[in-house]
Amino acid sequence: MTNTSSARGAPLVLGIETSCDETGIGIVRGTQLLANTVSSSMEEHVRFGGVIPEIAARAHLEAFIPTLRQALDTAGIELREVDAIAVTAGPGLAGALMVGLSAAKGLALAADKPLYGVNHLVAHVGVGLLDPADEPGEQQGHAATAAGRGMRALPENTGALLVSGGHTEILRVGSLTSDVELLGSTIDDAAGEAFDKTARLLGLGYPGGPAIDAAAASGDPRAFRFPRGLTMPKFEGSAEAPGKHRHNWSFSGLKTAVARAVEQFEAAGRPVPVADIAASFQEAVVDVITAKAVRAAAEHGITTLMLGGGVAANKRLRELLAQRCAEAGIELRIPPVSLCTDNGAMVAALGAQLVAAGVAPSSLQIPADSSQPVQLISV
Amino acid sequence: MILAIDSSAGASVAVLDHGHVRAQWRTSETTTHAEVLAEAVAHTMREAEVSGAGLCGVVVGVGPGPFTGLRVGLALAHSLAEVWGVPLHGVCSLDSMAQRAVNSPAEPSAVPGEFLVASDARRREVYWARYRADAHGFAELLDGPQVSAATELPDLPVVGVGASLYPEALTPRAAPESHWLPDAVELGQLAQRELGRDRRVPGQAGAHPAAQPDSVASAVLREPLPLYLRESDAKVPAQMRAKQAS
Ligand SMILES: [Zn+2]
Repeated sequence: MTNTSSARGAPLVLGIETSCDETGIGIVRGTQLLANTVSSSMEEHVRFGGVIPEIAARAHLEAFIPTLRQALDTAGIELREVDAIAVTAGPGLAGALMVGLSAAKGLALAADKPLYGVNHLVAHVGVGLLDPADEPGEQQGHAATAAGRGMRALPENTGALLVSGGHTEILRVGSLTSDVELLGSTIDDAAGEAFDKTARLLGLGYPGGPAIDAAAASGDPRAFRFPRGLTMPKFEGSAEAPGKHRHNWSFSGLKTAVARAVEQFEAAGRPVPVADIAASFQEAVVDVITAKAVRAAAEHGITTLMLGGGVAANKRLRELLAQRCAEAGIELRIPPVSLCTDNGAMVAALGAQLVAAGVAPSSLQIPADSSQPVQLISV
Repeated sequence: MILAIDSSAGASVAVLDHGHVRAQWRTSETTTHAEVLAEAVAHTMREAEVSGAGLCGVVVGVGPGPFTGLRVGLALAHSLAEVWGVPLHGVCSLDSMAQRAVNSPAEPSAVPGEFLVASDARRREVYWARYRADAHGFAELLDGPQVSAATELPDLPVVGVGASLYPEALTPRAAPESHWLPDAVELGQLAQRELGRDRRVPGQAGAHPAAQPDSVASAVLREPLPLYLRESDAKVPAQMRAKQAS
């Protein structure tokens, strides 16, 4: 962050998010949250036990204008007042991204506003800058420094752990607008996907995260010893000589192990111990996520870790992550759950940082990039 | 003046003034809509020397056509109409080729009969509809649109790429017409004509309170939502089926 925004005040930005199954429109003024309207097609995916891209894309188109109107109404502004339109350009589901991107281009073109196509993952981090809802305005957060009127910057040495149905990453964020590095990620399923698939196996319904969390409450997390993926020495190496997958995760072996456990009970004609399997599965996921994330953070000098993504709602994840961050001397920040799940406010928050930093806007010809890398903060 | 957009096969943009084309743009590319269409609208508006304030409506092709590209045009059109505060009208994209067929009869002397418009629906199927020319030189929709195998269509002359894709099953009205794609120009013309008729309705309503609703008017202008004609392909996983059955 630079101080260029101080002279002209905090930018008013509208953010659009359609990378998965939430149609999100958010409005911020700098770091002040004015509206965060989300319309979810989750109900339509329940019978499939996972997000169906075509159903999500259809829902985005139908929800877009009503969600936009509601967000503008909540913020008490008109579109012509905004300084910029920000939109998730990727990563995400291609067909879903294209609805939001095309709609955003239409708004930018018709209202003659600059367009910012932003990175969904970095936006998850940007949301951490928003003022808490109960302390609006220019309140200065702990460790946060003002970077302009109504703006603040990330603490130095910030990291972000993002855990959702679509992604599982650990990032180092030197600057939200110019320096983001991927330290590690899942090499197969996202953590939330593993929750969904396991919930399906156990007949617990969708979305899997809350369903497993609830079932696990009465189970024994030590009943089964499920594998922690990519933790063998050949993958991890040492801090000095890191292995290829030192900071990466894999959840496909875990999913297979759970399936095998269920099959064994069914083959023996015995009742499946759903609560114990759910608790043991959840412990395996949360253990390996937090262990690797905190180690990656520590080895990269990260002193503040932000948690984002829908799985941030998981109680056991928050608990174990808080414990391990405390042990490592890392400050943990967890935004409210409504800002952890996919939403437009995070896109607007990152957009406001880009505007304030004087980053050039995107052209009307930018593509949706379903596998946009984190270092591509805006396109 | 209106802006018309179609992204149901290739993509096209037109600005029309009382049915006359002020500027137009088109591409036959089918996979670049998300990148090119917004810029094409900006460019076409500049060329027509019109701004949003100068428009009285936006017209958008609602397909049928490949879903992802179709939605790009619709999402764009929804935003444009919303910001400019003008009405958004949907028109079936096949209507554009029907209108082109009526505008350019295969044989000038022939009595125009019924014909089909067929476009590529992939998976060995076509999107199609049945039309005829009305007394005023406009295409009138008689049946459809629907999606089916080319062999299941009525035995009538065909315009649109369906005819070139399935020559064994479909008979083109004229060879060049079996390469036609939908276009924003005719969608705009059809919509402007209907909107013109609508404007006359209040005057007529007083004189003829029992006037019949205009069936063509109601058929041409549609909700600005995609004509998917197919469900999403999603299959309910076996484990979910077992759970739902229990
Ligand atoms: Zn996300």
